[in-house]
Amino acid sequence: MEELANLFHGFAVALQPYNIMLMIIGITLGVIIGVLPGLGGANGVAILLPLTFSMPPTSAIIMLSCIYWGALFGGAITSILFNIPGEPWSVATTFDGYPMAQQGRPGEALTAAFTSSFVGALFAVIMITLVAPLVAGFALRFGPAEKFAVYFLAFCSFVGLSKEPPFKTIAAMMMGFALAAVGLDSITGQLRLTFGVTELLNGFDFLIAVIGLFGIGEILLTMEEGLAFRGGNATINLRVVLQTWRELPAYWITSLRSCLIGCWMGVTPAGATPASFMSYGIAKRLARRGNNFGKGEIEGVIAPETAAHAAGTSALLPMLSLGVPGSPTAAVLLGGLLIWGLQPGPMLFVEQKEFVWGLIASMYLGNLAGLLVVLTCVPLFAAILRVPFGIIAPLILVLCAIGAYSVHNSTFDVMLMLVFGVLGYLLKKCNYPLAPLVLAIVLGDKAEEAFRQSLLGSQGSLGVFFSNGLVSTIMALGLVALFWSAIQEGYSRLRTSMA
Amino acid sequence: MTERSGPTHKTLEIGMALLIGMFGLVAIYGSLKAGINWGAEGPRAGFFPFYVGATIVGASAINLWRARRDDDGRLFATWGQLRQVMSVVVPTAIYVGSMPFIGLYVASMVFIAWFMRWLGGYRWLTTIAVAVGMPVLTYLVFERWFLVPLPKGPFEEWLGL
Amino acid sequence: MKPFVLNVALAAIAVSCASSTASRAAWEPVRPVEFIVPAGTGGGADQMARTIQGIVTKHNLMRQPLVVINKAGGAGGEGFLDVKTSSGNPHKIIITLSNLFTTPLATGIPFNWKDLTPVAMLALDEFVLWVNAEKPYNSVKDYVDAAKKAPSGSFKMGGTGSKQEDQIITVGIEKAVGAKFTYIPYKGGGEVAVQLVGNHIDSTVNNPIEAVAQWRGGKLRPLCVFDAQPMAYDEPIADGKAWKDIPTCKSQGLAMDYLMLRGIFMSPRATKDQVEYYVELFKKVRATPEWQEFMKNGAFNTTFMTGADYAKWIEAEEKRHEGLMKEAGFLASPN
Repeated sequence: MEELANLFHGFAVALQPYNIMLMIIGITLGVIIGVLPGLGGANGVAILLPLTFSMPPTSAIIMLSCIYWGALFGGAITSILFNIPGEPWSVATTFDGYPMAQQGRPGEALTAAFTSSFVGALFAVIMITLVAPLVAGFALRFGPAEKFAVYFLAFCSFVGLSKEPPFKTIAAMMMGFALAAVGLDSITGQLRLTFGVTELLNGFDFLIAVIGLFGIGEILLTMEEGLAFRGGNATINLRVVLQTWRELPAYWITSLRSCLIGCWMGVTPAGATPASFMSYGIAKRLARRGNNFGKGEIEGVIAPETAAHAAGTSALLPMLSLGVPGSPTAAVLLGGLLIWGLQPGPMLFVEQKEFVWGLIASMYLGNLAGLLVVLTCVPLFAAILRVPFGIIAPLILVLCAIGAYSVHNSTFDVMLMLVFGVLGYLLKKCNYPLAPLVLAIVLGDKAEEAFRQSLLGSQGSLGVFFSNGLVSTIMALGLVALFWSAIQEGYSRLRTSMA
Repeated sequence: MTERSGPTHKTLEIGMALLIGMFGLVAIYGSLKAGINWGAEGPRAGFFPFYVGATIVGASAINLWRARRDDDGRLFATWGQLRQVMSVVVPTAIYVGSMPFIGLYVASMVFIAWFMRWLGGYRWLTTIAVAVGMPVLTYLVFERWFLVPLPKGPFEEWLGL
Repeated sequence: MKPFVLNVALAAIAVSCASSTASRAAWEPVRPVEFIVPAGTGGGADQMARTIQGIVTKHNLMRQPLVVINKAGGAGGEGFLDVKTSSGNPHKIIITLSNLFTTPLATGIPFNWKDLTPVAMLALDEFVLWVNAEKPYNSVKDYVDAAKKAPSGSFKMGGTGSKQEDQIITVGIEKAVGAKFTYIPYKGGGEVAVQLVGNHIDSTVNNPIEAVAQWRGGKLRPLCVFDAQPMAYDEPIADGKAWKDIPTCKSQGLAMDYLMLRGIFMSPRATKDQVEYYVELFKKVRATPEWQEFMKNGAFNTTFMTGADYAKWIEAEEKRHEGLMKEAGFLASPN
């Protein structure tokens, strides 16, 4: 009960007019940051961090976390409207969000995305409020082997989903792994696959690949069909929000499952990206209309968005209680805490009650404020699709170029983006799936790193992946997901033979 | 004639399989340089990329074999369609390539203006409004508010920005 | 949006008023200054850079904005090469850590600190030997005995990055103790500390700021500091012990010391006036209460050096790194 009293005190702190103003500024800035490709949550927060230096810490963290929520909401907008995910965890949102927008249902997709984000984040905040200390302890059990098992599960729940020829899927995914491997090998500190080219020291950033493959590739596909832009006559008013809301409760099981996946991934901390992919993959397998996923199914928007935001929010818990950031943005926020003289760690909840509960209260309020802001803007965002292709296409291309540039401040990356764009067009036309490629770029090096860390620890014994209950369970789940279709087929064959 | 003719799907499929296979070979070559065996600190830097590269080559070989058998004579796209695609790719390539020299802002103005005027067929007034407005807005948002420097050329230098 | 724009405008006016009355320096930046961080967002160097940026903004120390840019690729090589190729551009400075020496040596990228212009040493970062508080090692001796007794290679040391400062110290300990450790590299210092709390590794050499929270929470125990003398901060942190009470490793029979540079460099071919401007700027930064608070939080060694002293220090440190890394077999193989 003491927690509740603290929380209400936190609400009182967060609801001061000055803090409310910061909240709204933060959300707006966040949405802008999320929409502009390349800025992204982590960069945006890092850039604005020094601005908050002269504020009291509680106000500063309220504003920064609101920027964070805003950026999370904003990331979905470009994914749905233009097929350009601004953050790794928005990639899965494009799979069904973009087809929905093309079918003239952008309002519906945006509403579903925003509402699911809100639900996921709310679930995570409630979890933080109620069971914070318990959950924080769970994170400590995750060593390299457990982390690898989680990535393994993310891959397994995703492969085998695509309808493309299996060898094309393998080729695409392996290309992603190879691209992820370029640059510095973090285990041996050795450069690999760079061939002496200094621009490749960085490796291939996910964002550049995705802006090219998805964003530019899509524009080229549209060009092929002439300058017409579908979805131009979408009905656009606020009623679409209410209509979509009426539909959403039917998917409560998907939401709940995605919330749980998200919280788990956020706390461990594996992050929002595996959460979104895993949640999408599992939803596709279990949903009644699973075969329709990828063609504009609303459930395919709900699942990844809910999980990504539950993870993004619960990632703040290990950051506060342990000092390990669960996401790049959390890493920057962590730096902010240190600059304000707050020491994240087990004592923060004891010594800085006002700060912690002020922050948690601002999560509730900031999320709500964010939802209201973005929902009222749904018609506005959807109206962007009415802008004729002849105007919007060059603007998107320029924004993509800016995004690709600002990832590493390098014009080489902009050229790379165009190469990926042409490649994306060709791959898509030749029926190679892009999703596994992107998944491998995003998670490939992390998975490899965890795998090799585990082997270092176990001195080369693969048994480490089945050395305790936790890691064995996750690995087993991964194997089940990998062979799911075979299991299902076997099961139905068994049933027919019994009948 | 342009309506019906164009490269066949088969040609492109074979091309893609070869391209990806080449990429796999490059990965294998790079991995060999980094060391592919199992060293004192566990697998060495090239261990994973080597097998990844090998898998790419293997999968591409199968894709190539399948593509060669496929002979339904489908078109990949007509020449007309491809011309449309190239009408975006080529200017974008010029845009991207000129960026290190003339900066992002000037390049963007020219690129937007070109796209709207020749591909979109807009009036000069609309074209110029968008072509100038967008870079100016970009400048304000990125360089002024978020302090993100974007590439600049001699023109910006001259303006003292 | 409005109030934000207004704030920026007001701040700009305030800055221009303030600096017109300030003493005229011989050279001053005329464009925004890029502050390169050759490491990722959220790490130690990044935090320091952003703190400096905040201090500069808050106290109006510069007329032009200071813009922090992360260039972490290739263990920071990307950032160093960027500054190296910006010869004669005085609007670019870089904050360095030990990767100034280790990255070129371990990866073979064409870079040496002599390619840059040294400006100032801001501080030195300490390294402390940490163990899990549940473990029965109460002193360096207990720890060393346990490490010796364990089968070779089964004692796990966690650290940040590969062939960088943490691993160099680990090799130094191995040599001093005569035991073989298994070094496991992680991405960031915070993660390393948590892995130690979770007992996935046996010890770490975290910087004070990375592990202090876990120490205060009673999860970790510091055994010794890798410095010639104990740290200066005497405010109690946990169990009535302060940073000052941590003995030096040398006094405990573990002969190894290591401090990490947190220094500033600028692009090649900078003039004396330009270097002078930045030296003065950092002197002002160091005088602010925010900076002192930051130093105290991270238990930094606050040595400040400029000019020839600084260059000499770097030179000696480079030799030492070359020696240490050669012995450890960390030099890039020519291929």
